[in-house]
Amino acid sequence: MKIKVKINGYNKTFDVNPDEYLLDTLRANDYLSVKKGCDNSSCGVCTVLFDGKPVPSCSLLTVKTEGHEITTVEGIQKDAERLSEYFGHQGADQCGYCNPSMALTVYALKHEIKNPTDAEINDYLVGNLCRCTGYQSQHLAIKKYLEDDQL
Amino acid sequence: MRINNYHKAVSLEDAYEVLKKNGQNSIIAGGAWMRLSSKEIETAIDLSNLGLDQIVLADNSIKIGAMATLRDVESSDLVQALGDGILCQAIHKIMGVSIRNLATIGGSVIGKFGFSDIMTPLLVLETTLEFYKKGKISLEDFLESKDREPDILLHIYLKKQDTSGYFYKMTKNSLDFAVVNVAISKTNNQFKIAVGARPSIAHLAQNAMNYLNGEKVINDEVISKAVEIAMQEFKFGTNSRSSEEYRSQIAAVYINRGLNEVNKR
Repeated sequence: MKIKVKINGYNKTFDVNPDEYLLDTLRANDYLSVKKGCDNSSCGVCTVLFDGKPVPSCSLLTVKTEGHEITTVEGIQKDAERLSEYFGHQGADQCGYCNPSMALTVYALKHEIKNPTDAEINDYLVGNLCRCTGYQSQHLAIKKYLEDDQL
Repeated sequence: MRINNYHKAVSLEDAYEVLKKNGQNSIIAGGAWMRLSSKEIETAIDLSNLGLDQIVLADNSIKIGAMATLRDVESSDLVQALGDGILCQAIHKIMGVSIRNLATIGGSVIGKFGFSDIMTPLLVLETTLEFYKKGKISLEDFLESKDREPDILLHIYLKKQDTSGYFYKMTKNSLDFAVVNVAISKTNNQFKIAVGARPSIAHLAQNAMNYLNGEKVINDEVISKAVEIAMQEFKFGTNSRSSEEYRSQIAAVYINRGLNEVNKR
């Protein structure tokens, strides 16, 4: 099936099977910042923005994205780079495997909830697993990033 | 799951015509739990373009489109205001925001999933389902029904009334399915008790509810007796998440706590 979808602002056409998941389509087309982890919606590393909302691409059929907009971390490059500075200052970066999905989730959080509380930040990040750093340093980095972003 | 063809419906009649054409054709909702199934679908029918994602007030009820995502429902002020927000609480505990942006309320109901955290609060909130051909039926009747006729779930109606509610989900960790979940409501001094993930689908404790609702004064003794009756009528089972014995003991504790809590309100 031919599917037309906008990815990071560019119109793309993919030839996919009806039961193909977006994660596999993206990776087959060199969007390699979208990682394949658990492949069952548990780890979060395959997160993309679907019309601006974070979704696990491993559980979204590619055919359902026809006419919609998908954003990977390359589509929010400036925001991701800025967030990465805060991660660096808090020591919240190690292997970096979860960073693209973390950046996309924080981007969505920023646009959905103004001045989020600590609990709201934590709730929004549930499902984004990090095996390196623990979550405290990331939480502090994200909180500071969001606070400074309001200024 | 294997899907051979995909059809984006342009109308409900179009969706229904494709659905009844072949027993292996199936409606797909958000697709969040599709990986749990090994079934083969000849034609997957997508309802995304039919405007079934709205949450509005209608006929003294909250009318939720079957394609509304769990995140839409969780974020709805209308749903939050009903029954102390127990449906929102239940949804909030389902994995992360991203999966809740994908999973729909309709898909979560129609699957009759034993692990469902949604069915349990819905059962105590006077829920009615509206189907394209069958029309409106209560959630209880839907759960009992063995009807296999093809149909399309359109809306879920929650009766808007002054209800106190309680929900508790016991899990091993925040991303897991429930070991057991309990929902309790009190409307006009009438109690409803539901327990789900036993591990089979949620049910009302009808005998315990009849007993409680026949009592003039609800005190500790009456609540303990109601819990005892509820435990006699529920069947619990063992699976990878928990044993039958553990589930039943946990359920008894949280039914007791829930009844005490809503009774004080």
